[in-house]
Amino acid sequence: MTAIIAARPARARRSPRARHGASLLTLLAWAVGLMFFAPAAWMVLTSLHTESAAATNPPSLGAPLTLRGYQEFFGGGQSAWPPLINSATASVLSTVLVLLLAIPAAYALSIKPVRKARDVLFFFLSTKMLPVVAGLLPIYLVAQRLGVLDNINFLVLLYASMNLPIAVWMMRSFLAEVPVEVLEAAAIDGANLFTVMRRVIVPLTSPGIAATALICFIFSWNELLFARVLTGVVAGTAPVFLTGFVTSQGLFLAKVCAAAVAISLPVLAAGFAAQDKLVQGLSLGAVK
Amino acid sequence: MNAVSVPNRTRPAARPPERAGAAAARASAWARRLPLLPALVFMIVVTQAPFVVTLGISFMRWNALYPDDIGFAGLTNFVTVLTDPALRSSVWTTVVLTVTVVLVSLVLGLAIALLLDRSFRGRGVVRTMMIAPFLVVPVAAALVWKHALLNPEYGLINGVLTWLWRVFGLGPAPQPDWVSDLPLGSVEAALIWQWTPFMMLILLAGLTSRPMDVIEAATVDGAGQWAIFRYLTLPHLRRYLELGALLGSIYIVQNFDAVFTITSGGLGTANLPYTIYQTFFAAHDYGQASAAGVIVVIATIVIANFALRTVSSLLKEEGR
Repeated sequence: MTAIIAARPARARRSPRARHGASLLTLLAWAVGLMFFAPAAWMVLTSLHTESAAATNPPSLGAPLTLRGYQEFFGGGQSAWPPLINSATASVLSTVLVLLLAIPAAYALSIKPVRKARDVLFFFLSTKMLPVVAGLLPIYLVAQRLGVLDNINFLVLLYASMNLPIAVWMMRSFLAEVPVEVLEAAAIDGANLFTVMRRVIVPLTSPGIAATALICFIFSWNELLFARVLTGVVAGTAPVFLTGFVTSQGLFLAKVCAAAVAISLPVLAAGFAAQDKLVQGLSLGAVK
Repeated sequence: MNAVSVPNRTRPAARPPERAGAAAARASAWARRLPLLPALVFMIVVTQAPFVVTLGISFMRWNALYPDDIGFAGLTNFVTVLTDPALRSSVWTTVVLTVTVVLVSLVLGLAIALLLDRSFRGRGVVRTMMIAPFLVVPVAAALVWKHALLNPEYGLINGVLTWLWRVFGLGPAPQPDWVSDLPLGSVEAALIWQWTPFMMLILLAGLTSRPMDVIEAATVDGAGQWAIFRYLTLPHLRRYLELGALLGSIYIVQNFDAVFTITSGGLGTANLPYTIYQTFFAAHDYGQASAAGVIVVIATIVIANFALRTVSSLLKEEGR
């Protein structure tokens, strides 16, 4: 632990012993990285094996690769396309709805703050701390009465409410970076609220909006509890589809891994593409 | 339900209360509020209204299996819930699960962040590899842990044990049945795997924002490496550690996916979200489930109050 801190300032005059320590630490960093990566790598490798090669002990690393697992996942008895499309619909639509609500709200909480803006901000955050499960029953009963059980649009609304606090907090921290002069100039030019939003705020904060959208998309895509309770055959999302594998027995490991990889792929791609934005988003904009 | 009291530090109203322009001031106040209203109304309707309904149902005798026997039950549901050993044990499980996962992820995350906070060959690659676990869909991650890693017959962990024992010629390798032998440990392992990268990312951001000139000055003054870590790095990281613990707790207290997938709540791993879910959808006792929900909400308000103060102190330093 101690040598780590020294490595940076002391680089210029490194003794052989320090260099030795540094290469050990490099080795350790690689080892830890590989260990954390191993389960994910194993998931991908197993998804490309045949069922019989996937279920060996010790593991067969060099078994021939095949796309059978994926073919079964997408084309098998129960196709994975409808749940994937449901997930995409719920995630994209709820993210759009969240942004439409969050950007003006963040404006009213940051640039031209309403009175008690701080209390409102904390109200939003406190809803995030209330356990989802405590509201599940009334939401279920309402959905039942309104006839929107197993309806993807209802899920869109719920996901929007789940992500709105995060988005408001994030957008607030991004809007706080918009230079006051620009806003004043817009006000002098007589721009109304809508114009300011569209012409000034949105273009200036587009990286922030992208980060917010990414986080909201990931959380919606991953959600299981609401989806499991409120959807069925028609509107079931990808995580609900995955729960079908919870108790399966027999030779199905390659198929499970193929399903896990396929369903995680959008999140992995989006997350890797926006690594730097990830921290800022997850910390509600508190960490830059 | 938002009884969470927040230290009141609203900034002073910008508008001087002028008599003549009272109407104009009111109009401008509404103009300020207008962009906020859709989000606020939406949030109140979708998140607060259900809790009011839950509160109402918690005082009712209502089991979906007996639709003719619905009525006022007074405090019966609360008594049942509070004296139910299953629910009490699920409270304990929730606490153990949350504290273990948050603490272990924080410590591992800190160690790994320190390892990655130096330039070395392939730093970017290692960082990317570290982030991967956090980006696997939680249900998928839990399934992979259950079937591909922890399975006693063909899971990777026992496979590696067999392989190691064979390489070193040690005879038959131990082949524990992880999920049965260590049910809570299995759930925790999967969650720690997913949350350590999150903690690492936050702490790495904290390390990067350290004032390097102060640390260099301390080095010049002959401060030891442990002293620098203990008296400069750790205090600087405090708010990042708090933030990681807070956000991690919010998500892990509510965890449903891993418990549901890996153990289906069996073997003493049923946490509160899972138990309430079961009461709704297996026992169909709406009254009892709601009472449990109300108790959870009250407990959460107490904890959230504390947590929000932490965030509040973080915000104070930020300011605009």
